[in-house]
Amino acid sequence: MNDFRLPLGTIVEGFIDYVTETFGFLFDFIRVVFDGAFEFVDLLLVTPPFWVIMLLAAGLALATRGWKFMTGTILGLLVIVGVDQWENAMDTLALVLVASLLAIAFSVPLGILAAKSTVASNIIRPILDFMQTMPAFVYLIPALILFRVGVVPGIVATIIFAMAPGVRLTELGIRGVDREVVEAGQAFGASPWRILRQIQLPLAMPTIMAGINQVIMLSLSMVVIAGMVGAGGLGAQVVASLNRIDVALGFEAGLAVVILAIFLDRLTAALGTGDTPLGRIRAARKHRAKQALAA
Amino acid sequence: MTETIAVKADRLYKAFGRRPHELVKKLNAGATRDEVSSMGTAAVIDASFEVHRGEIFVVMGLSGSGKSTLIRMLNGLLEATSGSVSVDGMPITGINAAALREVRRKNVSMVFQHFALLPHRTVIDNVAYGLEVQGMAREERLNKARTIIRLVGLDGWADSLPSELSGGMQQRVGLGRALAADTDVLLMDEAFSALDPLIRREMQEQLIELQAELGKTIIFITHDLNEAMFLGDRIAVMRDGRIVQIGTPEEILTDPANDYVAQFVQDVDRARVLTAASVMEPVRSEITITGGPRAALRTMRDLQTSVTFVLNRDRSFAGVVHDRDVLKQVKAGETDLRAIVRTDAISVSPETSLVDLVEPSVGSDLAIAVVDEKNRLLGVIPRVTLLAALGNVSTNTGDLPVIEPPSTISNSVITETLRDTALEGADL
Repeated sequence: MNDFRLPLGTIVEGFIDYVTETFGFLFDFIRVVFDGAFEFVDLLLVTPPFWVIMLLAAGLALATRGWKFMTGTILGLLVIVGVDQWENAMDTLALVLVASLLAIAFSVPLGILAAKSTVASNIIRPILDFMQTMPAFVYLIPALILFRVGVVPGIVATIIFAMAPGVRLTELGIRGVDREVVEAGQAFGASPWRILRQIQLPLAMPTIMAGINQVIMLSLSMVVIAGMVGAGGLGAQVVASLNRIDVALGFEAGLAVVILAIFLDRLTAALGTGDTPLGRIRAARKHRAKQALAA
Repeated sequence: MTETIAVKADRLYKAFGRRPHELVKKLNAGATRDEVSSMGTAAVIDASFEVHRGEIFVVMGLSGSGKSTLIRMLNGLLEATSGSVSVDGMPITGINAAALREVRRKNVSMVFQHFALLPHRTVIDNVAYGLEVQGMAREERLNKARTIIRLVGLDGWADSLPSELSGGMQQRVGLGRALAADTDVLLMDEAFSALDPLIRREMQEQLIELQAELGKTIIFITHDLNEAMFLGDRIAVMRDGRIVQIGTPEEILTDPANDYVAQFVQDVDRARVLTAASVMEPVRSEITITGGPRAALRTMRDLQTSVTFVLNRDRSFAGVVHDRDVLKQVKAGETDLRAIVRTDAISVSPETSLVDLVEPSVGSDLAIAVVDEKNRLLGVIPRVTLLAALGNVSTNTGDLPVIEPPSTISNSVITETLRDTALEGADL
């Protein structure tokens, strides 16, 4: 009995070897696409002088939450510039944006599928549990083999780790839409696609946006781990400071991550509720128009 | 004849659970709902009915009686476990999803208990929703929706969001959406149950007006018996998944199929449901105007009443004569009853509800005459009968027929007078 050992690890290793050999071209393709997407976004963020990006961010902040958020955003970004982490922060932001967008692109349709079919939901749920609880470092190993060192294994590991809340909250949101309203769509002869587009998605949007917010937050938390496989950015700074026991660098890079996280969180949370200053201005204008009509 | 039937349900069953078909088989073999409860829930059991075109058909039952399940099988929101449904002669059971959607677009629309409006769309877009699904161009459907908005009394609210409207107004939007789709059949699932009582009554009245104007076939679900009685041309009473009685409100009230229905209708406002026609009694003391005063006097003596109803030769209602007047006439030797007929008797149409009979009945000793549109006397409602009907007591307890008012002149006086004035003793 003492000699018995479950060869799970060997099996998985063999599987990864097999996949690498057989579908190598596919992973090369994915690598080129992800890398291209990252480089493109990164170029957009790094090329202009920092104050252009800062003004854009401040404008977004003003439109979504108001002047307090705008002030905080400007101060935060100035701190990042002040500790000389701007370029690294933009690299990280590019990685987070690309990984989050891809994670959302995968997770929302999966969530819709899970909401529509109980069978799909029963299959997807344990897989999500697995993906979310498996230590994130573990994904890096096959990702490294499949995509080689660089930003792509970081993006892939981030997508896998961050997808779960997107799927879950999309499913929850759609299943939570008032059954009678969906029935109304059916009763008037709307097709399932039309019901999804015109009823379920709009009504589930606050919950889906909460999921998207979570996806972005989890992506940011993966940044440091992605830094270990050569993804660069703030993650690489943190890893470097860990190697050198450099408290100063570690704190500055870490603080930059926190500032980015707070900015992205508040921004997406405001989009989720729909209660933005822009929306309020629009509502007020409509209200005035109605009163003018009544008078 | 088939074209007069808008919706037909034939032996409908709906069971929820792991093996619904087996469950239905057991029910068919005579098992009760409780006996099969371990296998699942039998929501609707063996429901068959036909709804005529232009009719308001009410399905009434307490919660859990299966009425909501039943109505959802009529437009295929729920698939029947067994049995068949047809709308406008087209089967809607056992057809594919695309064909079913077509039926829902063209033939049957629905109003929901909690309105089920699209909260992110304006009133006019909600009303136009059915037309949008039908594929109508935007301008055209908005124009049509505007007409409907006026029809349901929401002028000026077209660009508001549903959340800015009160409950009653929201349900007007729901009703407008169903009307705009322009289907012949309208399903209404507890449509007014979420509204407060005053608004509910207002909506009920509006629905009846709209129905009279548009001639839709309406299937209305409710747990409120008064609402069922007020709206329904016919009512199906459901209990534990089965339809226990189908009939007009009066049939259900006056002739309940079983104790359950009888108990149910106990609390209903009978005065509003029952009509003159359903409680009137045959006319016992009637004479034709050409019969003359002696015949009138004799009739009154035999029936011991002081008043008798007088008919013209074409049997139309002329009025009443009182015994004292007749006696005087007989004594005076006159022969024309026309001179003493009083036309102050109250006459009503057979459709008058009892609530409108109370006041005239209080103001007059006479029984109320019920006449049809050609003024023919159909029956009478003495005060006793009215009271008995309102109190749900049978009037057939005594041996004597009810004849009001009692005679004011003693029999012997009448007999004497008749004898004294007899011509050659010809009639006695």
